[in-house]
Amino acid sequence: MSNNFQIYYNALLVNPAQKSTSNGGIFVGNGKVIDIGAHIDQQYKTDNADNIEYINVKGHVLAPGLVDMRVFMNGPGESTIRDVGNSAAAGGVTTILTMPNTEPIVDDVAIVEYINSRAKNIAKINLHTSAALTKGLNGAEMSEIGLLKQSGAIAFTDGRHSINNSMLFHRLLTYAKCHDALVIHDVEDKDLAGDGVMNEGLFASRLGLPSKHKIAETIMLKRDLTIACLTGARYHVSQISCLESLNAVRHAKLDHKNITTGVSINNLTLNEFDIGEYRTFLRLEPPLRSEDDRLAMVRGIKSGDIDIIVSSHDPQNADGKRHPFADANVGAVGLETLLSAALRLYHSEDVELHTLWAALSLNPAKLLGLEAGTLEIGTKADFIIVDLDYSWKVERSELKSKSTNTPFENRVLQGKVLQTYVEGQKIFDFNT
Amino acid sequence: MKNFENMMKPHFSHKHLLGIEGLKEANITALLDLAEEKIEQSRQETKKTDVLKGRTQINLFFESSTRTQASFELAGKRLGADVLSMNVAQSSIKKGETLLDTAATLNAMQPDLLVIRHGSAGAVELLSQKVNCAVINAGDGRHEHPTQALLDALTIRRNKKRLARLTIAICGDVLHSRVARSNIILLNIMGARVRLIAPPTLLPADASKLGCEIFHDMKEGLKGVDIVMMLRLQTERMQGAFIPSVREYFHFYGLDEEKLSYANDDALVMHPGPMNRGVEIDSIIADSARSLIREQVEMGVAIRMAVLECLSNNWLKKNESGA
Repeated sequence: MSNNFQIYYNALLVNPAQKSTSNGGIFVGNGKVIDIGAHIDQQYKTDNADNIEYINVKGHVLAPGLVDMRVFMNGPGESTIRDVGNSAAAGGVTTILTMPNTEPIVDDVAIVEYINSRAKNIAKINLHTSAALTKGLNGAEMSEIGLLKQSGAIAFTDGRHSINNSMLFHRLLTYAKCHDALVIHDVEDKDLAGDGVMNEGLFASRLGLPSKHKIAETIMLKRDLTIACLTGARYHVSQISCLESLNAVRHAKLDHKNITTGVSINNLTLNEFDIGEYRTFLRLEPPLRSEDDRLAMVRGIKSGDIDIIVSSHDPQNADGKRHPFADANVGAVGLETLLSAALRLYHSEDVELHTLWAALSLNPAKLLGLEAGTLEIGTKADFIIVDLDYSWKVERSELKSKSTNTPFENRVLQGKVLQTYVEGQKIFDFNT
Repeated sequence: MKNFENMMKPHFSHKHLLGIEGLKEANITALLDLAEEKIEQSRQETKKTDVLKGRTQINLFFESSTRTQASFELAGKRLGADVLSMNVAQSSIKKGETLLDTAATLNAMQPDLLVIRHGSAGAVELLSQKVNCAVINAGDGRHEHPTQALLDALTIRRNKKRLARLTIAICGDVLHSRVARSNIILLNIMGARVRLIAPPTLLPADASKLGCEIFHDMKEGLKGVDIVMMLRLQTERMQGAFIPSVREYFHFYGLDEEKLSYANDDALVMHPGPMNRGVEIDSIIADSARSLIREQVEMGVAIRMAVLECLSNNWLKKNESGA
């Protein structure tokens, strides 16, 4: 821990916990927030420390680092962890939850312990792992939820796989409840989705691509919600993408506090027309939907019915994407563009900054039980400085991630992370 | 007033023993008291009497069983009955005979006592309606196993001098256990406090309404407990369907010294057998001085002798009064 003390002043403080955005500064030392508020300026003095460094934030946003609870890695190896850490830092993401869909699959105590023991030093950001909900992600037998939780897995999910067997899913939630384990689930009825590769509708018909109706998502979601309400287990639907699903969660959440909802940044900011001429970087799950559905997602963020925004960061190598659309690998990188893309909602859809930050940092931190997502006296100094108005073109060659399958390729985004700090230490600087 | 006194006096005047449900405290006490005498009898050099001389007892086991069948066989023989054990699991049912045809066939052989085990709940009661003799349920599906509950009660009463106000924890696979069901009912009748400790996937629906306190944590559940009853976990339930693995089950629900230390210092441990060592119970506990597991087996023979004798006498009285 460094003994350095810094005062960041002349900042626009975004504080999702207080639902406020206000001018002020932050006093950081020993990796923690020592003081924060409007009273911290260039003249701020303290007896607690000497050698204080004063940093002018120049009116930019200073806010909690983002918490992204849906990040895929190809494996728990050192280079993969370093790569994901670099991408996250560049995107202002200071805490991530990784999915168990790695090789080897995270379904064993030993793998959880291995990742937890090494991740932090290599990644530089806070890296937490989820564990598989079923053994080998087979959708048939429950994994050792109790032992995995004791070893440090903070959530349970089969990642991009949905569990079709309702009997098993009922038992899983029942069992998870007694260990107070968080279950995160991707919802898609495989039988109903068939071999569809994009949203069912006129555009899919024109493109001649096999498509799947959005009810494939809503039907399984409604099953899940019914079981979650019955068991009282902590249930989080990882990504919804359509109006019908939003209505379903809104209804269930009225009486059940154990239910939370996520949405992918892609479904918030893109629609099916972005696929254009079979652009495989937009082959995503859930598939991009209609503009009406996208607008429903934005309303869900505003109303709080959708709690969390995730990047669904899913690196795919170039070869996997160089195929006809239907044969191309699914997924896109997203850590580095998460905030800039989300700021579209601020710039053009009237979503307030603190609302965005709640969905991007505070809510996921609370759900995962992590000390993150908020800046208060005594919390860890995980924060970012953001220029809200900086325009930049997303060029694959500029991305830190080794895989560059971004759906925002060549788009101009407004807003850029300038610096990222974890426990007071700068781990990313846009200008260097 | 005299009627009331008669009711309170220990007695067991039923025609069959199909379950613990429906019995009264006085019925259970009568059977336990008689069983005490049978323990003494079984400990003599000459164990055999002739109270059931001339009677025919048929053990009809549609599910294979070693210990229960042996226990009933021994009980009948020590009372002087002619005992025939039929393992129907491998015989006529396989040849397509229906349950009721089997009953009619057996009934034609004029048995006096029929001991039946069957894989389906309610099957023993169904058979009892079709035969003219006393029927004893030796286990029907997940429903009841009354002689096991009675032998457990006898074991507890001999070691703790009472059943009322004891706190008894039943741990493990309650969902699939007829032993647990019979015990829950019996212990409630006798005024004991019953706790169930199990993962929620191994508990029956609305278990708390059966007259039990529910726990999912052994350390919580075992606090202040006088008796720990472990249940057997069937192999086919171990892998992924109801619980994740044997390793996780033992970690959270297997009875070891550490978990047992949360129970009362004089708490005793029971298991209906056969045990899975290292799955639901640590060998050190199973073989320790606090284990009543072998005593339970001895009590099994005694309680079955008591049940056979009572039922046989009840039919005798009924026939005499009927004639």
